Amino acid sequence: MTYEEVIFYVVAAVAVAGALGVVTARNVVHSAVFLILALMAVAAVYVLLASEFLAIVQVLVYGGAVTILILFAMMLTRVRDQAGPVDGPQRPFAAFAAAAFMTTAIIVALETDWRGNSTEEATVVDINAIGNALFTTWAIPFEIASLVLIVALIGSTVLARGEEGEG
Amino acid sequence: MIPIENFLVLSAVLFSLGMYGVLARRNAVLILMSVELMLQAVVINFISFAVYLHPEAFTGVIFAVFVIVIAAAEVGLALAIVLRVFRNRQISNVDEADLMKW
Repeated sequence: MTYEEVIFYVVAAVAVAGALGVVTARNVVHSAVFLILALMAVAAVYVLLASEFLAIVQVLVYGGAVTILILFAMMLTRVRDQAGPVDGPQRPFAAFAAAAFMTTAIIVALETDWRGNSTEEATVVDINAIGNALFTTWAIPFEIASLVLIVALIGSTVLARGEEGEG
Repeated sequence: MIPIENFLVLSAVLFSLGMYGVLARRNAVLILMSVELMLQAVVINFISFAVYLHPEAFTGVIFAVFVIVIAAAEVGLALAIVLRVFRNRQISNVDEADLMKW
């Protein structure tokens, strides 16, 4: 076992533990903290996949923005004061469906022969090349993504602001 | 070198955990967090296929960037809707928001 694999197993264990915490924690704020843990571990997985740029984006967007937004929404909606259990009565079905999916996906991942067309090393993708491709080959999707972002920005402002004369 | 199967299995486990969270949780914010986990699993798959199978085209990396962009937009918009529903009806559990359910 190479040192890379040891690092991978440690990081993967942290990611899975974080994800388990997100879906099983009884306290919702603990769930959010576990989510931060899982997302940072996934950023480390991106580094192992030789995609440092995406790892940085992950830490900035998820570690910085998304988790803070989620924590804010939790405080504003007073999630902790909600009555009743955090899980619905459909929980056994959810566990069964997730387990069935996981089994299928793992069998497919292990049984398929990736060796035929896979490379030996994870090739480092050059950030310059990503930038060039984004503004040439992927220019139209890039512009549409900008449009989606501005629509989401305006839409969420309008939705969350509330009407005139409302507390 | 880490075999590609390791990443695919990790991605499958994360996706199933997210799926379990989406199906089992009652609170809208918790469901959104589980959706984020599922998106992360998808991004891991995209990147591992990109760097192992077609490193010269790196389409998967570009797709991962777009997935992160859309996920950020989705979380902002969805949380605005959750806040709106909470302000109008004082609920944040999805099974109680059944006004339009027949």
